[in-house]
Amino acid sequence: MNTIYEKPRSLSDVNFHYCPGCGHGVVHRLICEVIDELNINDKTIAVVPVGCAVMSYDYFECDAVESAHGRAPAVATGIKRCMPDKVVFSYQGDGDLAAIGTAETIHAAARGEAITVIFVNNTIYGMTGGQMAPTSLPGQVTQTTPCGRDPYTQGYPLKMCEILSQVQGVSYIERCAIDTVPHINAAKKAIKKAFLNQIENGGYSFIELLCSCPTNWKMTPKQAKERIGSEMCEYYPLGVFVDKIGE
Amino acid sequence: MKELMKGNEAIAAGAIHAGVKCFFGYPITPQTELAAYMAKHLPKSGGVFLQAESEVSAINMVYGASSAGFRAMTSSSSPGVSLKQEGISFLAAADLPCVIVNVMRGGPGLGGIQPSQADYFQAVKGGGHGDYRLIVLAPGNVAEMAEMTVKAFDLADKWRIPVMILTDGVLGQMMETVDMDSLPERKYYDKEWAVTGRSGRAHKNIVKTLHLDAEELEKIVLEREEKYRRIECEEADAEEYRADDADIIVTAYGITSRIAKAAVDRARESGVRVGVVRPKTLYPFPSEFYNKGYKKILCVEMSTGQMVEDVKLAVKCGVPVEFYGRTGGMIPGEDEIYERIMMMAKEDAK
Ligand SMILES: Cc1ncc(C[n+]2csc(CCOP(=O)(O)OP(=O)(O)O)c2C)c(N)n1
Repeated sequence: MNTIYEKPRSLSDVNFHYCPGCGHGVVHRLICEVIDELNINDKTIAVVPVGCAVMSYDYFECDAVESAHGRAPAVATGIKRCMPDKVVFSYQGDGDLAAIGTAETIHAAARGEAITVIFVNNTIYGMTGGQMAPTSLPGQVTQTTPCGRDPYTQGYPLKMCEILSQVQGVSYIERCAIDTVPHINAAKKAIKKAFLNQIENGGYSFIELLCSCPTNWKMTPKQAKERIGSEMCEYYPLGVFVDKIGE
Repeated sequence: MKELMKGNEAIAAGAIHAGVKCFFGYPITPQTELAAYMAKHLPKSGGVFLQAESEVSAINMVYGASSAGFRAMTSSSSPGVSLKQEGISFLAAADLPCVIVNVMRGGPGLGGIQPSQADYFQAVKGGGHGDYRLIVLAPGNVAEMAEMTVKAFDLADKWRIPVMILTDGVLGQMMETVDMDSLPERKYYDKEWAVTGRSGRAHKNIVKTLHLDAEELEKIVLEREEKYRRIECEEADAEEYRADDADIIVTAYGITSRIAKAAVDRARESGVRVGVVRPKTLYPFPSEFYNKGYKKILCVEMSTGQMVEDVKLAVKCGVPVEFYGRTGGMIPGEDEIYERIMMMAKEDAK
């Protein structure tokens, strides 16, 4: 008998609290597959956010630190600077990374911290029940933008890959999506490259993943996946923004 | 070796002696020399100095380094320490050891850059959200700033608690000699809880503060309270100065205690039986030092009256407690305190 599907060893064998169709579970799995393939579980430390993924310390089968809202890159910096030979990644939502934690995000990048940042962009505040995020699209209806986000009064969405591309300290930035199998495969490749960049070159990597939040988007999982491929990919183009690995 | 150094530098030197692995800071007067000393000397001892983008970030870097089991530290002055409060609450909630220095300046708001003791409530009563305490140490001279910093790291590790060194712009800036050879040896504590990567460990270590189950959270908070009660029993400390036969006690901490001592010396010359109680720990508050049959207590602070509340609690209102304070960066003069003592003595004689 051939095993064609099993849980990565680095993913805990517990029930996840995520909603059906949520992107977090997929991204967790990709990270854990990479950790397994690189055989780094023993030296990896996850720095988890405040957001829907706050309890991911129970899902990653490695050492983990839960940080205050938005502070994961600072916490990761503290850990990595003490233990340069360990592998440290932060896992953050859009509110965490691009609103309350913007300063920590940009300055960890500017210092070129040897960490891997995994950015789950679902264009909404999931955990608190669907408020506007810094990445909510123009016109997007949320609890706090009941008439749709009006950039004139509520600001424009932040494109974090594009912003961080201006920061000299970064070595690898890519935006991926998790709506289709080819996109998921590409996302895994990017995550692996980001971890390897940390291990082999001590480089800072930033991987943005366009993800779904069917519950707060008030869509079915299928509709949510379609929204990633249409609206989100249009506003947030996929691709490599910076690749200085090997330079 | 004896060295002439500023109080701020003495704290930094003490921290390096205590084996601090990293210092994360953000510039602010009047604590700047501390970070400058660290920038120059910490890398030489294999440590990490990093200037963060804000105090918020600095305290969260401390949180990371401490999670990994390393001795970590940050320093700031009043407005910056306000910014650190969220992080301090998280450190307390995660039972993480670390040392935080507040070289107080006049507030509120941007206030001024002259010395102050107006952050006492913030340091001693909480500061951030939730039920928690810090151990708060108050050095009284430059040598003690170095010595207490070594102690601060030991206490932090021993109790798994953030420790604050609460000092002021005068002590931070003034120069005195410090005998670095007479500093106590640092202690070592096991940190089997640290997040270091599993490295063969059968279970994973998690540093966290979230407990969604209210019953569970209450249990954890109450266990921590239990720890605070033990700290109150074991760690409270104060210095007594000419207090043996005193009727009147002047109580003050930090630089104010030194001015109080000078005023007390003068009042003694005038025949008043007066002494000083100087708390060295502000939390736990050394309450028993006030219950030795004194008739009156004068609390002197560079604030509008903060520690005085703890003094009143200490004597359970059984002894009259008066207050004298200057604030906003003003320092109480020896004369002002002397006059207060003489007034209290005269009232007694009536
Ligand atoms: C200092 C602070 N402010 C606000 C909150 C409340 N809060 C919790 S999660 C969250 C937003 C999370 O959204 P995001 O980062 O996009 O992650 P998601 O839940 O969508 O995965 C907020 C505002 C908090 N916990 N702490």
